[in-house]
Amino acid sequence: MSDLAHVWARLREVPDPEIPVISLVDLGIIRDVELRGNETWVVVSPTYSGCPATTVIESDIRKHLSEHGLAVQIERRIAPPWTTDWITDEGRAALKAYGIAPPSTAKGPDVCPHCGSCDLERVSQFGSTPCKALWRCNDCKEPFDYFKCI
Amino acid sequence: MSALFEFLVRMGDNTLVLGHRVSEWCGHAPILEEDIALANTALDLIGQTQMWLGLAAEVEGKGRTADDLAYRRDVIDFRNCLLTELPNRDFGHTLMRQFLFDAWHKLMLTRLCDSSDERVAAIAMKALKEVSYHQERSSDTVIGLGDGTEESHAKMQAALNRLWPYVGEMFEADSIDDMNAQEGITVNPNELRAEFDRIVAAVMSEATLVIPESRFAHRGGRDGSRHSEHLGHMLAVMQFLPRAYPDARW
Repeated sequence: MSDLAHVWARLREVPDPEIPVISLVDLGIIRDVELRGNETWVVVSPTYSGCPATTVIESDIRKHLSEHGLAVQIERRIAPPWTTDWITDEGRAALKAYGIAPPSTAKGPDVCPHCGSCDLERVSQFGSTPCKALWRCNDCKEPFDYFKCI
Repeated sequence: MSALFEFLVRMGDNTLVLGHRVSEWCGHAPILEEDIALANTALDLIGQTQMWLGLAAEVEGKGRTADDLAYRRDVIDFRNCLLTELPNRDFGHTLMRQFLFDAWHKLMLTRLCDSSDERVAAIAMKALKEVSYHQERSSDTVIGLGDGTEESHAKMQAALNRLWPYVGEMFEADSIDDMNAQEGITVNPNELRAEFDRIVAAVMSEATLVIPESRFAHRGGRDGSRHSEHLGHMLAVMQFLPRAYPDARW
């Protein structure tokens, strides 16, 4: 395994601190990895500008990679802005299995992550973290989180 | 003091002051979902503040940080529009203030995406996604409450009447705006007014609310010359900890 592939593999082991079923790589916020001399540079694009998880994410990356003997530098990059289009298919499947409807191209989720019904209703445009909204299924009556599409 | 610094501080102070105001609702909103929505909106605005004031501090080059600008300036050095510092009053009033600000904010950020300064464009592109979402919610809520019960309608009309004289300041231009507009860094705010009026008219019509005719505008926030007394009280709360315990760290 090349050094770069090794770093990416290690980064895949770091979960999002608020939605631990998805890795930072599958969330699409790791934009680039570069080896510069003895240092490993990781470019991170934050999801929402005020997301309190951003600093936790950076320290988790630092901690995990340094446990594998790497000297880590992190660059925070805001342009181009992070978009939910960067969430991988694996990431989408993991969100759904966890009960969070993955971001959709339309104005809301396609189906209820619990029962698959399309009869859905929005409860709130916002949810428990900046990246989510609160929805409800009118068939199984369960509330669920929707990963906002931005 | 460079014109670019002044512009960045104006952007950052708007989001800082409104972000703090909106956060005052945390734990007090009428229902849980609204509480969460307000807290999320405040969080976005504070996040944007870190970018604007962070860049302002960098441009200034005197070793100050975004936190220094937020916590160690007094009223006279703040450059936010008066609209953002007005107290929350009731829930409807808070959402009307939010809508009027969001409508301006989204137009401004849209134009700033084409800024000749790529750092400004980058912040605008990031913030625009969040602010589009804010405007969607605030316009829905203004329509829902305006075209709601007799009581909610009356409160929303009263809020619009009270806040309307604070709209004009967002579109005023001075020599700082002229300098930045000439450089292509920003747009002259008065160019945004016609589009703003169209957006507001459409929402108020659906909300069955009447826009006051007067164009009288309170001014003095964005140049710092005449802030309302409310800002000082707000800063006393917001800045207490870093002033009482300078250099305290988490």
